[in-house]
Amino acid sequence: MATIDIHSQTATPHHDDHAHEHDHHHGNFWTNYIFSEDHKVIAKQFLITGMAWALIGGTLSVLFRLQLGFPDADLSWLKPVLGGWLTPEGKIDPEFFLALVTMHGTIMVFFVLTAGLSGTFSNFLIPLQIGARDMASGFMNMLSYWFFFLSSVIMFISLFISTGPASGGWVIYPPLSALPQAMQGSGLGMTLWLVAMAIFIASSLLGSINYISTVINMRTQGMSFTKLPLTIWAFFFTAIIGILSFPVLFAAALLLIFDRSFGTSFYLSDIYIGGEALPNQGGSPILFQHLFWFLGHPEVYIVLLPALGITSEIIATNSRKPIFGYKAMVGSMLFIAILSFVVWAHHMFVTGMNPFLGSIFTLLTLIIAVPSAVKIFNYVTTLWKGNIRFTSAMLFSIGLVSFFLTGGITGIFLGNSAIDIQLHDTYFVVAHFHLVMGSASFFGMVAGVYHWFPKMFGRMMDERLGYIHFWLTFVGVYMVFFPMHYIGIAGFPRRYYSWTDFQVFEGFADLNMLVSTAAIFTLCAQFIFLFNFIYSVFRGKVAPANPWGSTTLEWTTPRNPGHGNWPGEIPAVYRWPYDYSKPGAKEDFIPQHIPYSETPESNLPHENELIKLELNNGSINIEGKEGKDDKH
Amino acid sequence: MLTFIIVLGIVLVLAILYFIFRIGNLVELVKEKDEDISSSNSVHAYLFMLFMIAGLVGFFWYSYAHFDSYNLPVASEHGEVTDYLFWVTMAVTVVAFVLIFIVMFWFTFKYRYEKGRKAAFFADDHKLEIAWTVIPAIVLALLIFSGLRAWNDITGEASKDAAVIEVIGQQFFWTARYPGKDNLLGKHNYKMIDASNEFGLDLSEENTWDDFKSMELHLPKGKEVKLVIRAKDVLHIVFLPHFRVKMDAVPGMHTTFKFTVTKSTADMRSETGNPNFNYEMACTEICGRNHFAMRFPVFVHDTVEDYENWLKSQEAWLKQNPDYLKYVPAEKREAAIVKAGIPADSQEAIQAAVTVTLN
Repeated sequence: MATIDIHSQTATPHHDDHAHEHDHHHGNFWTNYIFSEDHKVIAKQFLITGMAWALIGGTLSVLFRLQLGFPDADLSWLKPVLGGWLTPEGKIDPEFFLALVTMHGTIMVFFVLTAGLSGTFSNFLIPLQIGARDMASGFMNMLSYWFFFLSSVIMFISLFISTGPASGGWVIYPPLSALPQAMQGSGLGMTLWLVAMAIFIASSLLGSINYISTVINMRTQGMSFTKLPLTIWAFFFTAIIGILSFPVLFAAALLLIFDRSFGTSFYLSDIYIGGEALPNQGGSPILFQHLFWFLGHPEVYIVLLPALGITSEIIATNSRKPIFGYKAMVGSMLFIAILSFVVWAHHMFVTGMNPFLGSIFTLLTLIIAVPSAVKIFNYVTTLWKGNIRFTSAMLFSIGLVSFFLTGGITGIFLGNSAIDIQLHDTYFVVAHFHLVMGSASFFGMVAGVYHWFPKMFGRMMDERLGYIHFWLTFVGVYMVFFPMHYIGIAGFPRRYYSWTDFQVFEGFADLNMLVSTAAIFTLCAQFIFLFNFIYSVFRGKVAPANPWGSTTLEWTTPRNPGHGNWPGEIPAVYRWPYDYSKPGAKEDFIPQHIPYSETPESNLPHENELIKLELNNGSINIEGKEGKDDKH
Repeated sequence: MLTFIIVLGIVLVLAILYFIFRIGNLVELVKEKDEDISSSNSVHAYLFMLFMIAGLVGFFWYSYAHFDSYNLPVASEHGEVTDYLFWVTMAVTVVAFVLIFIVMFWFTFKYRYEKGRKAAFFADDHKLEIAWTVIPAIVLALLIFSGLRAWNDITGEASKDAAVIEVIGQQFFWTARYPGKDNLLGKHNYKMIDASNEFGLDLSEENTWDDFKSMELHLPKGKEVKLVIRAKDVLHIVFLPHFRVKMDAVPGMHTTFKFTVTKSTADMRSETGNPNFNYEMACTEICGRNHFAMRFPVFVHDTVEDYENWLKSQEAWLKQNPDYLKYVPAEKREAAIVKAGIPADSQEAIQAAVTVTLN
């Protein structure tokens, strides 16, 4: 502990001796750390569970990449782990390969990038950035985590059952997922998958309802919607999308449960399998796809929007510039949120649905590219004439923008139904969504951890390790996913265990090997992050009150805020969150809780008008002073 | 023992790394640097430039040098259209991509932290924002409309004299059913499927009598083909990579895809210089254990006459399975025998056999 004391003396340039820095922990261990209703503790629970899932999901991907990159390798050394899932020749069993692909997708999309990202940062940042003591309902928030935990346990158990976990792809299209005779994984593994996802959806809804009501009702004095940081806007839209789309997945899953267990025929018709004709008639497997993608497409934005919100905040802070086009950023997120509900069938151009529908969905899909492009331009312009500090969080945010660009561009091919005919279900699609949604969101999540770690744990993460982590991961991700475009243009279908059966798919052994090697390296690089995280929680440098010189409210709390966040009054808010490098200002940032009356040197003409309002309204004035007292 | 040594080695390396990290931390404490900005800030700016240049050079080099390995030759009429659209889109997007990529990394380099410089307070600019909303919208609209025109042509009705072929997917192989001389596919019913009658042919219907099965997809060159697609058990997808054809195979539903092949197998053999070249059909919807092995050989005849000769040389399914005549209503059996092309000398024997099994 002695070293820590040294840290605190040397590494805190701001003289913020928080005399009142004491934790408001009144309960016991169980109520403080396990069944806590404090949004900050719940956020950390989501984060740590999400990180555990990310490691599992990443490891699964490396396992199937071993098969794809090194098809002749003898994997007998994995026998202690994989046991019966290896063939006698030391290869991964083809059905287990599909299980790996399926569980990798499920885990990454839902457990890491939905729960791990939204669950962590919506929970952590909404009350802190809008100036609330906690979520609207702390109890529901706690339930949200524990439903997620239960769902995680069930999904985790399904990895170890003798028939294997669900293996019909993360989209679980019936009839494959409905018929245990079609593949082993559609037996108990699929049942557990459906149960886990049903509970997961309940968790997600509990969380989303809370986020929305908190943002609407619990903003501090002065925090109008137009003064919300873009992070909060992003979480707010994400929660709305989640509430509107997850119940549809629930319905889809429920009907699938009925088909599987109670003999209904929602998705089944005219099936002859295993030497017998099934009695089911009149259902449609395509119906499931419509229901699934009615969630599935908004899900892309559920995953992506929080990452974009986090990035907006980090890029503005570290460019020391206001985010460019605040209103356009909010507008494009709103537009994306709305459009995300009317593009789902672009995943289904070749299902034989009415071609006219295909035309409509092409049109709507390519329209959604416009607000996405606006976001990229706004990020780039925010960098222009900035004074950029490359913190680890900033590096990962720039990485996100780069992935969002690279992966977004290929969406223009796939959204065009005529071009999609050839590219559908090839590696081109895999490359596209892993960059634009998977890696971009993952980078957003990591950037968020680096940026808000000081607020979460009161300590700094090691920056040098962060830099190494960034460069290995950034280059690694490009090495993994960029070559896949070529493999996809050549027509290689996804979810193939091996290429040896086809003459047309015999090439690219070299690229596949490169991809697999890069995937292994990228996974290894994540252990640097894991080490940095665990080490810094306990032994990191003690964080100053506002390590990044940021304007938002969370940095006005004590170093380790207790339950309730602010020991005294909640600071009121007077200005938008992006007053960076304002001309005339003493410092290169003015926090949101500083009234205009205190910054006459930097006020714009219309802001001077606002001073009168501040002075006329006594209550705001008093709170403003207290807010200021909190800071200094 | 070897494993033990490897594990021990890894542990040692990790331990050394940990101590280097620890010592580095302590040294930094002793130095008592009190700077806001890490001294390596500029390093990242240079690394981003390096990454940008190396990335773009690598991208263009590989795309150019290995063009033949990823560009699949196209062999259908609509495929030429969609390929053209693909490359037009590629040209437009690569220009946009390269520009933004360069500008973004240039900005990260140019505007890296400098002590004492103040960033510009530049919060919005409506003209700029309108410009980069409208320009992408116009470009996208152009791409969409050329795409939609192609899409409408591709998904439009097949002409009446198109060659109709049924393709059936099941775990884990494909079969094809040709309509025979009448050019009409007979009815099928999945409840009639058994070990021999794998199509589930409903033999009470006369169009089924001359249908025949093929374990290889034969196509004419230069004549429109209409694939009628279904699946028996789970979803599959018909994928003919050289013809740019992809369509779901769904149990309980028929889907169709029409296209015209422009290069026969022989044409392709001379074009690619590979005497062993063969067209192939694959499945691209996850369908179970052997999803990756659902290969269906495809052969394209040089001329329509060749194709028709091949059709004539094939035996009707009913001819190969004459005992299924028992499912043909007695009064139509005579006609079925003729339509299936069962030779006169074996007809009586078959009749007798059917009568025996029916009794």
